Amino acid sequence: MISVAVERRLGAFTLDVAFEGPGDGVTALFGPSGAGKSATLAAIAGSGAVTRGRIVLGERVLTDTATGVFVRPPARRIGWVFQDARLFPHLKVEGNLRYGLKRAPLPHRIAFDHVVDVLDIGHLLARGVADLSGGERQRVALGRALLSQPDLLLLDEPLAALDGERKAEILAYIQRLKADFRLPMLYVTHDADEVRSVADHVVLLEAGRVVAAGGVEIAPGGRRAATIVGRDGDGVLLRVAGDVAAGERVDLRVE
Amino acid sequence: MLTPEEWSVLALSVSVAGRAVLVGLPIALAVGWTMARTRFPGRTLVDAVLHSSLFLPPVVVGLVLILLFGADAPLGKALASVGIRLIFTANGAALAAGVMAFPLMLRACRQAIESVDARLDDVAASLGAGFWDRMFSVTLPLAAPGLIAAAVIGFAAALGEFGAVITFAANIPGETQTLALAIYAALQQPGGEAVALRLAGISFTVAIAALLLSEALLAYGRKRAGA
Repeated sequence: MISVAVERRLGAFTLDVAFEGPGDGVTALFGPSGAGKSATLAAIAGSGAVTRGRIVLGERVLTDTATGVFVRPPARRIGWVFQDARLFPHLKVEGNLRYGLKRAPLPHRIAFDHVVDVLDIGHLLARGVADLSGGERQRVALGRALLSQPDLLLLDEPLAALDGERKAEILAYIQRLKADFRLPMLYVTHDADEVRSVADHVVLLEAGRVVAAGGVEIAPGGRRAATIVGRDGDGVLLRVAGDVAAGERVDLRVE
Repeated sequence: MLTPEEWSVLALSVSVAGRAVLVGLPIALAVGWTMARTRFPGRTLVDAVLHSSLFLPPVVVGLVLILLFGADAPLGKALASVGIRLIFTANGAALAAGVMAFPLMLRACRQAIESVDARLDDVAASLGAGFWDRMFSVTLPLAAPGLIAAAVIGFAAALGEFGAVITFAANIPGETQTLALAIYAALQQPGGEAVALRLAGISFTVAIAALLLSEALLAYGRKRAGA
């Protein structure tokens, strides 16, 4: 579980966000460009000082301006993946993957072979990073971040630099990571389709503020997921995600 | 091919220039990193002061060194009390040559650091690497070709330095008489042109070799950075 409440001034722009993300699954930070999504991730990663606020990951207080707590980025154990993979150009793929692994405290709960297997990058290990395609780079970047044994994974528009087909491919890998490693992820995007396909929770940002938070249905074009929870005579009982007022009419479509 | 005298002049020159780079380069690297990666008030002024030996007549630099490290100067006295004398010594020649070569090494070091994507530092930090760890595992390896080039440029400049060396360390054969100073001394002798010309040829060869090496290293660095 991650709890964030930060205020940060960046020139004329003021970031003032507060939200909580569950300890499992993908929380999407969704909003237009300039809404403060990446600035929020940077604050969580400890890159750049916040003016005021508190960031707590699980039991660990990472930033608390009231008590003067500031955990340095190397000690935060937060993986960070960017749209431009930012692989180390002087290291081979394997050197990149092992960079964080070598520095992570033992025991390692995320194993090298497992990550390589899930991301299908075994055949790339001996390659230089200059020879990789965009999708391959992003898989290596995901693996590198995972292997640093993080308590939280930050994904900053990980698909933005990829074309349509590659987008779908990487999205599928992210879903596999979600299923395999049960690691909380914060996923920054301005694409509603990505939110619907990967997120469990959504935080809507606009102009540096949180305007809404909830299930995937709050993303534009999102649908409320209805689950059949029981029968009642000839009818069925449905549970619908999100707040529904008594007597409210809900459009239901059976697929 | 070379006479024993010529060998000794060459060896002294290489030793003086080598010492100038050995001490000057780490300082240039530290300052260059600070200039490339940090912002502080008065940065432009500091930059100008650090480059001043580029614009001052070398003899003025020699004079400043005499005023600082001379036998009667405060720093000179302090060093003398621990048994170090710089004026009129090979170390003094290295100091003068190093001060003159410093701006060139600083510039090259700064460019080498600037050529490394600073955002890789954020990535390395998020992967658990502390400051010195990141320095040695990311920044310096990626800047290495540029840093080697900086060393070669500094070496070539120190090797050719004349005015500051002769002003501060004098022209003492076997102690402070480097190639440039030996050429000057030969020209003071009647009929010394032939000797001077041979020494000039040695100088030229060493300098060209150093510059070719630096070009090759830069090309190699660019090729790798283009990855």
